Amino acid sequence: MRKVFVTGIGIISAVGNNVRETIASVQNSRSGIGNITLIDTIYKNLPFAEVKCNNSALFKKVGIEEAESFSRTALLSMVAAREALLYSKINDIAEWKTGLISSTTVGGMDKSELYYEDFLTNNSRNNYIDIHDCADHTEKIADYLGINEYLTTISTACSSSANSIMFAARLIRNGTLDRAIAGGSECLSKFHIDGFYSLQILDTEPCKPFDAFRNGLTLGEGAAYLVLESEEAVKTSGKTILCELSGWGNACEAYHQTASSPEGYGAVLAMQKALAVAGLQPSQISYINAHGTGTQNNDASEGNAIETVFGNNIPPVSSTKSFTGHTTSAAGAVEGVLCILAMNRGWLLPNLNFTHKMENTHFEPVRKLQTNIKFRHILSNSFGFGGNDSCLIFSKV
Amino acid sequence: MILALFFQKCDMEAFINGIGIISSQNIPNTDLFPKEIINDSLGILKLITPDYKDYIDLMARRRMGRIIKAGVTAAKMCLNDAGLSQPDAIITGTGLGCIEDTEKFLASILQNNERLLNPVHFMQSTYNTLSSQIAIVLNCNNYNNTFVHRSFSFESAIQDALMLIAEKETQTALVGSIDEITQNHYLINRRLNKWKTESLYSLDLFNKNSPGTVPGEGAIYFLLSDVPATTTYSILAGVKMFYKPQSPTETENKILQFLKECDTDIHDIDMIITGINGDNRFDGIYTHLLEGVFLGKPHAGFKHLCGEYFTATSFAVWLASVILKNQEAPSVCVINHSPTAPLRNILIWNHNKNINHSVLLIKKYQ
Repeated sequence: MRKVFVTGIGIISAVGNNVRETIASVQNSRSGIGNITLIDTIYKNLPFAEVKCNNSALFKKVGIEEAESFSRTALLSMVAAREALLYSKINDIAEWKTGLISSTTVGGMDKSELYYEDFLTNNSRNNYIDIHDCADHTEKIADYLGINEYLTTISTACSSSANSIMFAARLIRNGTLDRAIAGGSECLSKFHIDGFYSLQILDTEPCKPFDAFRNGLTLGEGAAYLVLESEEAVKTSGKTILCELSGWGNACEAYHQTASSPEGYGAVLAMQKALAVAGLQPSQISYINAHGTGTQNNDASEGNAIETVFGNNIPPVSSTKSFTGHTTSAAGAVEGVLCILAMNRGWLLPNLNFTHKMENTHFEPVRKLQTNIKFRHILSNSFGFGGNDSCLIFSKV
Repeated sequence: MILALFFQKCDMEAFINGIGIISSQNIPNTDLFPKEIINDSLGILKLITPDYKDYIDLMARRRMGRIIKAGVTAAKMCLNDAGLSQPDAIITGTGLGCIEDTEKFLASILQNNERLLNPVHFMQSTYNTLSSQIAIVLNCNNYNNTFVHRSFSFESAIQDALMLIAEKETQTALVGSIDEITQNHYLINRRLNKWKTESLYSLDLFNKNSPGTVPGEGAIYFLLSDVPATTTYSILAGVKMFYKPQSPTETENKILQFLKECDTDIHDIDMIITGINGDNRFDGIYTHLLEGVFLGKPHAGFKHLCGEYFTATSFAVWLASVILKNQEAPSVCVINHSPTAPLRNILIWNHNKNINHSVLLIKKYQ
């Protein structure tokens, strides 16, 4: 089977505007969760994991003049996708068949919710109408980076970017592409703050994944991208390989539009499929980067699923949403980048804010950053509304 | 190296063994072109819906938004048509998702200043609602995905399914598309001059030399399979998307390259179905190639039947399948001249503002 390697990463989230800042935050166990400053919501008393950069600063980062018709989702995505491209030292985008697979759910809603009444009554905000959809940010990245060989966009709620990475890997494996930039982007918006609030799953304190006293998730925002390359492409260029993307699994729980089943069988299926694609036994996994949102429902369900798959031999587990908040559509890629950093630096990432073990599960997440850890394979979970459960496995090369 | 070559040339095609279609035409039999065609002068081509109680139970019907009901029903019709209870994969393409629920949730945020919100509209506003609702209704735990890239959405879903089948991951994939139009969506997009301003009957869509088109909507699912069945309509032999071609020559080259990838010669194309939509700002590229590289090819349109929307090409896949199955092109679709039987290969070519182009090849099943 054709192998797929990761050669570049790019990230912007509440813990840093780039890879370097992200590393510094993780090294110091510094969470990005705090106050919300950029959105005028009535829920300002709640914690959020906001990117510490307003839109003007994002325009500066991408090096373009401020203009209408850019959603924050698009700006975040352009920052992270360009970093990934630079990281992998790609100069000539057309040298190999290079595609872009991005993902979002919020898309341009940050602007639509501001200007919806104008959309209905006058022409003053017409430049924002066509940037509402999910594809807009993907085309913005494509135009910015000069990608036209292949592009598409996936939306499976909170597993969106895990699915975009998986889809990109399959396009490379079957020869449609040689290289792909894959990930996702999501900005905070009233729409999804209010949506999660209406579901009563936002914690009033920073999220405490896998803690007995967890009380909901903390919404975050961000974007992250991986550069994936075929074996032929990396052999030819001889560039540094960060890791192999060795396994992926996608399953649907088909249980409820927004809740997970108590036993987490969708998650079990996704993890088992990923292990099968990678040709690995559960015992070969060195670390699990859990979906771990901090909601009662997810963490109990995911905990059970992990126990089902790993039995009595559960590797270290943590949810890095205690750092980045839940970056929803971007989460799979954000956590993918964190897994790759962890693997290459030998860092076991902590699950911040954990104090009390959950009642019915038998494992505790990692409490403190541990260093000099030798990783072989890391498994990363991403679960979305509608039971869209996905799992990726990153392997050391 | 031999292995690598083998994977580069995997066989990307599948049999269409079932179709479920809810569109702005009344299509009681999916394998026949309807005798009566809707010729509307309302400026919007809205769905003609079946009686949902035959497909969805009361509780679910009350909860589901309009396009969700249509999508779930089209999916069930498709599986019934194929005689299958569970597909190995469920994949949906949608340009704009469940607009009605999104608008309702957004309006309530604005009206109630973020208070007293009903989560149901939020839950149903996410783009993956259809694929996941179908999975819930079928109790199907298999592969599930949703593509949301303008007029690449349905095509990406098809590509995903063809890849799954080629990977031997999947034998059957339920693949389809949903997009809806609402009153507000219509009014908002009217500001961007997307729709025709003069009154016209939809069947006259191609005869007006003016900007704009007529919006439509649809919920259409296909059952793709690695093996044929007694219900087989046609063969979906390939799909390709290309972005922002710099010139008509590049567009032509991309389409010819696609035919080459499908091992099909241009001379073997018996008919071209294009996404011509009557908008004189964007239809020119179709004409350019139809009067050039495709000169003399029978040409059909379909957007006067289903309207313009991001995933309208799924209607064209149905149309091509019906034409191939019946070996006859309905005259209402023919733009230049009717093809002569035998009809073996139909090329579907669509674009959105000359930015997102896609081509699909549909072959006759023997």
